[in-house]
Amino acid sequence: MTLAHFLAVNPPYWVETLTKIGIGLVAVLLPTGALVYLFLFKMMSFMQSRLGPMEAGPYGQLQLLAEFGKFLQKEDIFPSKADRFVFAAAPFVVLVSTFMLVLVLPAGPDTHFIDLNTGIYFAMAVSSISVIGILMAGWGSASKYSLLGGIRAAGQLIAYELPLVLSVVGVVIMAGTLNMKGIVAAQADFGVWFIIPQFLGFLIFLVAIQAELTQPPFDMPVAESELVTGYLTEYSGIRFLLFFIGEFATAAVFSAIGATLFLGGWTIPFVDANAEIMDYIGPLVLAGKMILIAFLIFWFRITYPRFREDQLQRLAWKFLIPLSLFNIVVTAIFKVVF
Amino acid sequence: MPQLPGMLVGLGVTAKTFFKTVFPDGPTKPPAPSKGAHTVQYPHEKEAPPARARGVIALHHDNCTACMLCARECPDWCIYIEGHKELAPPRRAGGKPRQKNKLDRFDIDFALCMYCGICVDVCPFDALFWSPEFEFSEMKIADMLHDKGRLADWMHTVPEYPAYEAGAEVKIKKLPSPSS
Amino acid sequence: MTDMTADLDINNSEQLRYIAAQAADARVNVELETEGMTLNIGPQHPATHGTLRIVARLDGEQVISAEPIMGYMHRGYEKLTEVRTYPQVTTLINRIDWVGSFANEVPFILAAEELMEVEAPPRAQYIRTALFEMGRIANIMLFLGDMAVQLGGVTAIFYAFRDREFVLNQIESVTGGRFHPNFNRIGGVKDDLPAGWIKETKSSMQKVRDFCDEMEDLVVGNEIFQSRCRGVGVIPADVATSYGLSGANLRASGVDWDLRRDAESPLAWKDLDWKVWTHPDGDSFSRYWVRLQETREATYMVEQLLDGLPTGPIMAKVPRIIKVPAGESYVQTENPLGAMGYYVISKGELTPFRVKIRTASFSNMSISPWLLEGVYVPDIATILASLYFILGDIDR
Repeated sequence: MTLAHFLAVNPPYWVETLTKIGIGLVAVLLPTGALVYLFLFKMMSFMQSRLGPMEAGPYGQLQLLAEFGKFLQKEDIFPSKADRFVFAAAPFVVLVSTFMLVLVLPAGPDTHFIDLNTGIYFAMAVSSISVIGILMAGWGSASKYSLLGGIRAAGQLIAYELPLVLSVVGVVIMAGTLNMKGIVAAQADFGVWFIIPQFLGFLIFLVAIQAELTQPPFDMPVAESELVTGYLTEYSGIRFLLFFIGEFATAAVFSAIGATLFLGGWTIPFVDANAEIMDYIGPLVLAGKMILIAFLIFWFRITYPRFREDQLQRLAWKFLIPLSLFNIVVTAIFKVVF
Repeated sequence: MPQLPGMLVGLGVTAKTFFKTVFPDGPTKPPAPSKGAHTVQYPHEKEAPPARARGVIALHHDNCTACMLCARECPDWCIYIEGHKELAPPRRAGGKPRQKNKLDRFDIDFALCMYCGICVDVCPFDALFWSPEFEFSEMKIADMLHDKGRLADWMHTVPEYPAYEAGAEVKIKKLPSPSS
Repeated sequence: MTDMTADLDINNSEQLRYIAAQAADARVNVELETEGMTLNIGPQHPATHGTLRIVARLDGEQVISAEPIMGYMHRGYEKLTEVRTYPQVTTLINRIDWVGSFANEVPFILAAEELMEVEAPPRAQYIRTALFEMGRIANIMLFLGDMAVQLGGVTAIFYAFRDREFVLNQIESVTGGRFHPNFNRIGGVKDDLPAGWIKETKSSMQKVRDFCDEMEDLVVGNEIFQSRCRGVGVIPADVATSYGLSGANLRASGVDWDLRRDAESPLAWKDLDWKVWTHPDGDSFSRYWVRLQETREATYMVEQLLDGLPTGPIMAKVPRIIKVPAGESYVQTENPLGAMGYYVISKGELTPFRVKIRTASFSNMSISPWLLEGVYVPDIATILASLYFILGDIDR
């Protein structure tokens, strides 16, 4: 997409790039803030019969800003034996994967950053980069405890990559294309969103992203030490905030991907998918559907206790992968026969 | 293999609490989480403790004879009493002057106090009373030592004794009239 | 890299830095040595109920041996009681098991009453029993929420604290203190019930029952919770009795033992119609389940007590200055955490000569080295949470 599509003028290349970077930042950080406020502060509190932050801003809406300010003024601590570069780079690696994920999300017939023909494939590949970030955090902290937490996280994340990818394959078979815009168009053509025929795939997708985000019930890497936060133990101040934002930004982006794959993306029923107006309403529609899926993720987070590491692995390898393979086979049969 | 029903019931519990918190008056009225949640937003709203709550100790000067029983029985030794004897005029003309105990100093150090109530219990002259006030935090620990005047001020906050349940044989105690 | 575990060479700056880093790690309460993998679940622990230290030697994921080190909260109760009068001791011992508030005072007062040969009137005994059971309810509700939190389900503890407030408010209405009631006196209780208390307490008991139903739905029925707890930390009945476990830990191993029913006590339990809950499995799940049922049973007991409250005085005739005659007596009651007993030796003075406090959690913890052998690291949290101890109770 070029800015020329939206504005009358044709801005120079550097203006366009800077604008896109700005929009990209907003596109990631705004949903993150909304998710943190709506779900972490407010929904979690209401589900626990309490009110959550109420003092910073009206109904606590500026709490995240206050926390940002608090973290900015903290001391930057490095463990003495830590590998400084690895320790410092780890949060950025995690964030890089999130920002790259948002590149392929379509938010309207012409509202996207890049229109890749292998959109969803690129997304799945890039989401694995965060595993490296977590391993870097665990290793760079120079504490064998953080290392253990990091290795457990790596084991869990790699185990749950497979159900994630396989659940998406079902959607790809039904849509016939890897292109994200094409998947959205296929749902518009098919008439009904893919969540109905691919319900099993949707459930597997939900479980897999819950594990990819290391949210309860799959948060053994974060809470396994029973003390602090596993691989995050040695991070404080703004570095911790980067991880925190990374966690919620990834939740937002994965929810958006789920909305694109299963809930019809930016389309609304009864409205023509190629209408001009959808360029402007599309992002809002996508945001609404993203909030729906994020609601599910956080609802599970709030309600369930956590799995033990071996139970978690058993669930992934012995249950989810065969189930998703079964889903693919059934989808393929239906696609060929009907 | 997890069977879904048990986990779904758990989701139902959190969802039900969510709705009870956000819509405490039912789904037809607008959302009111401040009312539905159990949080009391102190200091904007305050909950009143029950009448018998042990908040702070109040002193009724007129009854105190500086007998030192409370200072002796206190487990923390946080009551400081000093008194002297005075001669008061005789009751009838031609009689002997009476000896009265006058209280010079009666301090309770609330930073040490255990809020156990032994002093209130052992006082034979009903000079000490419990008050449910609890908002007396100070910036300096030394200010937590309440002197005679401040303890007398707390008497204004002492509630009347509540009535008892049916079947009780204990008589309701009465508060002394405000001291002169 | 030079060998960091060699003898200390004062000129080797790399070695010095390594040692300093290890020391710095130790300050974070997590020490990890290369040989034998010693995991120090340090005294400052956001998960356990106080300052307990467990030194666990790990082989990868499994515990080879675990040793609890207690005493970080020792406050010297037994020495303190030698120089405090009986009312002062009553005040202090409230703070041993600080969540089961009222229940701490009762065995001591009963022991002193035995020595003085004084019996509290029936109304006082009923009020004592009602408050005892309410202390039990407050204590176990905390456990029900806390064990879920230790396993990761963060919502349960908020429900527990929210509904506990109703019980604590009732205790405060009658005694003046939520956590430290200080309401028992030798010969009875301090004051009678305020008007309206019985009706409010019954409605709060109903709220506790609703909470128990909620916990059954949210926690007990949850498959993840069950798979974390079933079969974890199994204590066979004979091992339980040989280690001196008591309370719900013993009943969850199938041993039918409850001092409220079995021991002679002047309190009002024999007048009530209630049931002792046991479970045959002896694992962490059964300990949770037994305590849940006990909470519900306790609410029914409180309602029966309040319905059948006899009229009368609340204090027997005792002298103003309490001097307990010389003698020894030991009274043990079924406290929320287990069997708590006070062995009071009096020489006829204002203060006791010696008070030995037998607490439930101290004996319950004695099984943890045996129990924690061979379990996974996450199961340490499950097992310790299910044994349920309060540090004040262990360390006194």
